[in-house]
Amino acid sequence: MSAADTPAARKPGDRLALNLMHFARALRAAGLPVGPGKLLEAIEAVEAVGLGNRADFYWALHAVLVTRHDQSELFDQAFHVFWRNPDILKRMMAMMLPTVRTEATTNQPEMSQRVADALREAAPGVEAPEKTEIELEASFTVSAAERLQSKDFETMTAAEMAEAKRMLARIALPVAEATTRRFRPDPSGPRVDPRATLRRMLRAGGDLTDLARRRRRTRPPPLVVLCDISGSMTRYSRMLLHFMHAVTNDRDRVHSFVFGTRLTNITRHLRHKDVDVAVDAVSQAVADWSGGTRIGSALRSFNRVWARRVLGQGAIVLLITDGLDRDAGEGLADEADRLHKSCRRLVWLNPLLRWEGFAPKSSGIRALLPHVDDFRAAHSLNSLAELADVLSREGPRRHEGMRRWLKEAAG
Amino acid sequence: MPNPRPAPLPASVDATLDLLTGGSYVADRSLATSLYLALKLRRPLFLEGEAGVGKTEIAKVLSATLGRKLLRLQCYEGLDAAAAVYEWNYARQMMEIRLAEATGDRDRDALSADLFSDRFLVKRPLLQALEPDLAGPPVLLIDELDRTDEPFEAYLLEILSDFQVSIPEYGTIRAAEPPIVILTSNRTREIHDALKRRCFYHWVDYPSAAREREILAVKAPQADARLAAQVVGFVQSLRGMDLYKAPGVAETLDWAQALVELNQLELEPTVINDTLGTLLKYQDDIARIQGSEAARILAQVKTELAATTAR
Repeated sequence: MSAADTPAARKPGDRLALNLMHFARALRAAGLPVGPGKLLEAIEAVEAVGLGNRADFYWALHAVLVTRHDQSELFDQAFHVFWRNPDILKRMMAMMLPTVRTEATTNQPEMSQRVADALREAAPGVEAPEKTEIELEASFTVSAAERLQSKDFETMTAAEMAEAKRMLARIALPVAEATTRRFRPDPSGPRVDPRATLRRMLRAGGDLTDLARRRRRTRPPPLVVLCDISGSMTRYSRMLLHFMHAVTNDRDRVHSFVFGTRLTNITRHLRHKDVDVAVDAVSQAVADWSGGTRIGSALRSFNRVWARRVLGQGAIVLLITDGLDRDAGEGLADEADRLHKSCRRLVWLNPLLRWEGFAPKSSGIRALLPHVDDFRAAHSLNSLAELADVLSREGPRRHEGMRRWLKEAAG
Repeated sequence: MPNPRPAPLPASVDATLDLLTGGSYVADRSLATSLYLALKLRRPLFLEGEAGVGKTEIAKVLSATLGRKLLRLQCYEGLDAAAAVYEWNYARQMMEIRLAEATGDRDRDALSADLFSDRFLVKRPLLQALEPDLAGPPVLLIDELDRTDEPFEAYLLEILSDFQVSIPEYGTIRAAEPPIVILTSNRTREIHDALKRRCFYHWVDYPSAAREREILAVKAPQADARLAAQVVGFVQSLRGMDLYKAPGVAETLDWAQALVELNQLELEPTVINDTLGTLLKYQDDIARIQGSEAARILAQVKTELAATTAR
């Protein structure tokens, strides 16, 4: 039983409030932080500007509901879809707004999947499409979240993707921290802090009191992600971009690159807080989606152009590729060696590892293997969570599991 | 020795160029222009470029030719205010407290006021740069800024825009006249836009062949003209190659000096092989150039030089 069914809510003004509420819910479902307080403000704002002018209406809502510049795009899409819906608009106009004119509906850019999903749920009078898969899910005994953990990114539905993205955002790689040259106060620290001691003494009127102590601050080392987006990786690349986005926005000093036939730095695009906008920006910046792979030349240009700029201060490198190389691994070993020597740790994530019978036989894989410290799968949430586990331990530079792979590659 | 009367700041780009030449620094006009603007409009100058192209040298030359004090802040990771701006002399302060206790003739307020006075303040380069100097505002060189971390960079924002430092116990120190600030970066990390916005920016590139010969003539005059021409030709063609680290001007000078020490009047393949380490600093690069490749480049350089002299 919703508020709309009570007699009091059938007044025209409440009708608008109700629609605003649905709109706010749509925005919230699309990921904007719109709470009840915001909704009340929005209602006030709309009342204040009146409904005579669509632009005023838009900007009033915008002023209230958008709190960061990068939310603006989602708001814009949601606004145009939601307030264009003939049902809502017809009802609104019939009741109270003969002056509002509908906008031309042509040339609407393809709206993001998120907004579409959110609106389908939130818009009144629009039936959500039948969910046939629910019955299917009921036949499994494991919980949905558990299944999702081990599910291949390749086979996920949109809803599962959304859930997976939420989980990805929580993974957040707790990388083992490196000691810096800065200090923080610590009562049991190994060093005396003269400044703090002196201030403490003055507070006590010049008497010698306990010594204040300090210890070195730690911080996560820089993280560099090199991700293959060639044809053979297509099924994973979107999800991996979400992973990279989650990691990038979780901390500072993360640099992300993608490569196919050439290398592109996508760090700036991924810094965008909204993941869909960020991924869109990346897809526009990258010219070689789903093409061939030249791992050797990509690593070469990384080593020459970027390594000195982003690998300082003991960086950890995540190399995400299936190792299938168009150049058959030519020149790859030298570049991988150089890369390995200039970072703290080189971790190779390979989605092919999900296959039981995977054998490191391709020339690209054999060229890379001797130069990486760790070799792991990257096809599901579980495997990425495992990665977090590995990185949070300092451990030996070369992981013990590597020996098996090297032997197989040699054999 | 600093001059008793400071040299005036240059009044034009040409004067700036002359000033640099006077300090035996052979500069491009583009660099002189940015430097002139920085001096004239009193903004920091941000110099970026590969290692060994003479970024640091500019500050040294400015200090020498203008007769100003040079304050150099070498950046490193974890550089903090205590090492860059000021620190209290804790040992002396504690001694002062003990002395006051022993004699018992001072009250607490006077003591604590005195403890944070000029006497106990250890001034580091950034604070020194704000102090008035008889010879005029000093040259402040903030070297290899890319080696610090972001917190220090953010700290610099206040100093570079307002030329003032706040010390909680002491007050705010403000420069009567802003110092001449040169910042350098090797680009091992991107510097934040906010800092770059407060500075004039100049990318210091490798010099042209003619410019580099001039530099050699000024800095390594013992080298024979023909040898110098060959050295420059060789280095220039190395820079055109696909090397991991191309040699900078500093390396050219080192190499020329090494060859002079070895009494070479002309480049020879064997000598090149023996001295390549002064020029290239990566084993991969050395392995690539050594031997036949070096001989090939040398032959090419010699034919080119012969062609230009014949003309």
